[in-house]
Amino acid sequence: MLFTSYGFLGFTAALFLLYYLLPKRCQQPLLLGASCLFYLAAGPGYILYILTTALTVWFAGVRMGKNAVEASAWLKEHKEELSREERKAYKEGRKRVRRRWLAGCLLLNLGILAVVKYLNFIIANWNAVLTAAGRTGQLSFFALALPLGISFYTFQAVGYLVDVYRGTVEAEKSPLRFLLFISFFPQLIQGPISRYGDLGKTLYAPHGFDAKQVSFGLQRMLWGYFKKLVLADRILAAVMTVVGDVGTYQGAYAAVGMLFYTVQLYADFTGGIDVTIGLAQALGITVKENFVRPYFSKSLKEYWRRWHISMCSWFRDYLFYPISTSGAMQRFTKFTRKRLGDKIGRRLPVYLSSFVVWFSTGLWHGASWNFIVWGLLNYAVLMLSEELEPLYERFHKRFAVKGKLWYRLFQVGRTFLLVCVLNIFDCYATLGETVRAIGSVFTVRNWSVLWDGSLLKLGLTGLDYGILAGGCALMLGVSLVQRGGSVRERIHEKPYWARFVLWYGLFLAVLLMGAYGVGYDQSQFIYNRF
Amino acid sequence: MEELLEILRDMHPDVDFETEEHLIDNGILDSLDIVSLISEISENFDVTITARDIVPENFNSAQALYDLVRRLEDEG
Repeated sequence: MLFTSYGFLGFTAALFLLYYLLPKRCQQPLLLGASCLFYLAAGPGYILYILTTALTVWFAGVRMGKNAVEASAWLKEHKEELSREERKAYKEGRKRVRRRWLAGCLLLNLGILAVVKYLNFIIANWNAVLTAAGRTGQLSFFALALPLGISFYTFQAVGYLVDVYRGTVEAEKSPLRFLLFISFFPQLIQGPISRYGDLGKTLYAPHGFDAKQVSFGLQRMLWGYFKKLVLADRILAAVMTVVGDVGTYQGAYAAVGMLFYTVQLYADFTGGIDVTIGLAQALGITVKENFVRPYFSKSLKEYWRRWHISMCSWFRDYLFYPISTSGAMQRFTKFTRKRLGDKIGRRLPVYLSSFVVWFSTGLWHGASWNFIVWGLLNYAVLMLSEELEPLYERFHKRFAVKGKLWYRLFQVGRTFLLVCVLNIFDCYATLGETVRAIGSVFTVRNWSVLWDGSLLKLGLTGLDYGILAGGCALMLGVSLVQRGGSVRERIHEKPYWARFVLWYGLFLAVLLMGAYGVGYDQSQFIYNRF
Repeated sequence: MEELLEILRDMHPDVDFETEEHLIDNGILDSLDIVSLISEISENFDVTITARDIVPENFNSAQALYDLVRRLEDEG
């Protein structure tokens, strides 16, 4: 059930009415029922996957939680009788048991994700190696369908499990409450990847009808639909035309494709998350923000702190830190510092851990070399800029440009262009096509297509370009205003008639300018496929 | 404390670590700095900082970090 389908709107409206009309004690079961129904609509077989993950993670969490509580109580009781070493040995012994639960459950759930998402990719690569070696006996592929939102809910479940292991959250005792955390439908198919400690605060609480929260939530949903239907789905036609035929659309066309895809990705993903956060807010539930004006970033490093925040912080907290602070890595650091000196020895563990993180980030986005190379290119740029840091410092000492408006704009523009180039790795069918398209920007001289009317042959009319330009200006304006605080709060302070004109105008814009038309195909959100 | 301040100053000479209380919230220390810092601390103090300890409250100021090191030393 796509967010942009009539079915979803009807489903949400019915849920909303029941949610506030029925007694508050019914809200939790209602949300769980709605989430299961939402999931079942994608295909009845898929629900087995999410149930397996929810139940195994819940059970392992309960066992680990019980183990920690028992260990703490026992230590308290026997504190006086034990020496420091004995206490340490006891703690370590109980921790080992928790570690086994953690490892077993991680293996099972990441194993499921690996099989359904990556098995055919591994087979394809294996077959390619066999072919290259001139060997016969190719492996056949498995008919595996990817369960809805598996990358998102698996990561959410893994985050919870690690948090329980670390003792930063208490284990959830109710399997049904835990299932709701994993399957909460607004964020099931494209995130954000919520933490139990954050989402749990409002997910299980009873909620009365709060007119301001509900209207703010609905306004946010409307803004999300505007970005998705008026902008992302409109510009999609041109992006598909350009990336669908790399032989024809080269040079300036490829550059336009990169720019358009970057606009599409922003409108699509942030629009989808606006719908998610807005819907949750209308139900009284707080879902953490996933973006902070990412295209205003002055460096790629900053961009990754502001784009898809829940995924980036997941990789940081559950992969980067555990690897880089592990005993093995600390020993490796000591070894390299001794052999290669402080300067290199200090950097190597960070670079190695970052490599694993960016390889995994690429792979998380999809079972394809395009994504892996995209991840590793991000890694290369980030590490290169780390290495060039002393050079930047020297430059800034010599030239006092830091903080000046024109220089900040230059930094933002430079980062935006870099992101445009990196993003395009999502789009083309193969890595070869992507490289060819990017290369053509520098080798094919056809810049006249930008003004000779050729762009009107990409599936967009002059009116479409006008709507896109207006929509982009609006997105930019909203982002600029947002720097000073909530835009909805500001609008809320305006007179009633002004608010009515504004929100009704946006509603009409979605209705009249949304990319529907004859043969309209509800395009799924880009991040649904991850 | 002085030893810890020296490690921090070595990483960011331009920051006043004695007064700054939002090292993480203000983006002064990023994830790469934190890993380098942990490796320096394990080299100079007899403690092991694990991923579990990496929360903003422990890294937002030199004092908080020092408290963490002391706590870990006590736990042995």
